[in-house]
Amino acid sequence: MIALLRRDLRLAIRAGGGFGLGVAFFLILCALVPFGVGPDTAALQPIAPGILWLGALLACLLSLDRIFALDHEDGSLDLLATSPLPLEGAVAIKALAHWITTGLPLIVAAPLFGILLHLPGAAVPALLASLLLGTPALSMLGAFGAAVTVGLRRGGLLLSLLVLPLYIPTLIFGTEMIRRGQEGGDTGTPLLFLAGITAGVLAVIPFAAAAALRVNLR
Amino acid sequence: MIELGKYAGAVLGAYGLSLALLGGLIWQTLAANARARRDLERQEKHG
Amino acid sequence: MSIWEYANPVKFMRTSGAILPWVVAGAAVCTVTGLTWGFLTPEDYRQGSTVKIVFLHVPAAMMAINIWVMMLVASLIWLIRRHHVSALAAKAAAPIGAVMTVIGLITGAVWGQPMWGTWWEWDPRLTSFLILLLFYIGYMALWSAVEDPDSAADLTGVLCLVGSVFALLSRYAVFFWNQGLHQGASLSVQSGERMSAVYRYPLYLTMLGFGLLFLSLLLIRTRTEIRKRRLAALQAREMRT
Repeated sequence: MIALLRRDLRLAIRAGGGFGLGVAFFLILCALVPFGVGPDTAALQPIAPGILWLGALLACLLSLDRIFALDHEDGSLDLLATSPLPLEGAVAIKALAHWITTGLPLIVAAPLFGILLHLPGAAVPALLASLLLGTPALSMLGAFGAAVTVGLRRGGLLLSLLVLPLYIPTLIFGTEMIRRGQEGGDTGTPLLFLAGITAGVLAVIPFAAAAALRVNLR
Repeated sequence: MIELGKYAGAVLGAYGLSLALLGGLIWQTLAANARARRDLERQEKHG
Repeated sequence: MSIWEYANPVKFMRTSGAILPWVVAGAAVCTVTGLTWGFLTPEDYRQGSTVKIVFLHVPAAMMAINIWVMMLVASLIWLIRRHHVSALAAKAAAPIGAVMTVIGLITGAVWGQPMWGTWWEWDPRLTSFLILLLFYIGYMALWSAVEDPDSAADLTGVLCLVGSVFALLSRYAVFFWNQGLHQGASLSVQSGERMSAVYRYPLYLTMLGFGLLFLSLLLIRTRTEIRKRRLAALQAREMRT
């Protein structure tokens, strides 16, 4: 399993910008928003949590189709399916690799981009905690979407149509948590919900994703 | 004609749009069914 | 006599063909009478004539949710028992459910405009219906994207299971996010909240009518899907010989 994780990470780095591309996209989004809504602090501050979360969501979505597509093309996915490692485990590892290459850099960069959007310093712990708890669910759900659409020719657009509705609960609780952090309110409740959703997703979705992969490899 | 008051537009609009949508769905269902039946009959006669 | 016998498409075709005229007649009678009756009800003292929209709004919204539940059950039956007619019924139900959701949303918007002063409000109920529509669209898109019919049935079945969990989750999440303008259930059992009998009886009739309408459309669409499947099988056999 660790070998698979190491291989995926090495491939992502070698493919160029596995780490950087998502963050660059995130930066562009945060730079474009003020052009759209105006540079006022009063306009930017209330929407900053939403923009940061939406940016994380879209940056995550960009690299989803790569989770299984390359392995499907060169046949290594079939090898994985027949290997002694359960396919559920392989799916979880692949989602983890995706999270390390896109989710983790986003979390590191998010406080900086928060400054661009005038997010107050008091909200930064809530921002970090919400992203840390929420993004693993995004990667896992994305792996499910990628598993469903892996064999399709025009999978990219369909993938976003299938996956984005699944992100709604995470998005709601994530932004709510930052907003409460901004106002100095109680962040405990959304934190628990967010953690609960992520835990549930990590426990159940690998089975659904592996089932979808088996269908596509038939 | 019954009196609908000041909301006539809203009520008639809601009924009109909904019935149009339902009508479209029914029409599409029947058309697809007729086409499937015709194609199948032709195929069974030929083969 | 068990539902498993209808896994045989021939048997399903024969039985559904026999009951179809009755279901269609019932749907037509109930829907037309219910809607006409509803249209002729007196005005509500607070809502004016817009109360008449309820006879479309509530049955459509009810069916939108029930059809998703039916798709969930049909998908489970397919995934567990490989019951082909069940998978085709789930496929046939999705467009009907999507249209019902759209009707619920449109009538809600037209109603909300004079009552709440806005076409659209990010209210929990409205929002969760929009999310439901997204799930219907994704489900139908996946059906049309996958070429192999059995794989498509499997993948959409899994999607339906995951989607159900998340649709439910979103429904409760949006309550957390925004408190709404929408009134509670229109047909609650507590007598104080109940709407008066003038509106209730035509509403029951239209609800029955929409249910039968769904059943008749579902039967016709499933029959269409079975015929298409048979046609494809015949053509494949011809190609081979």
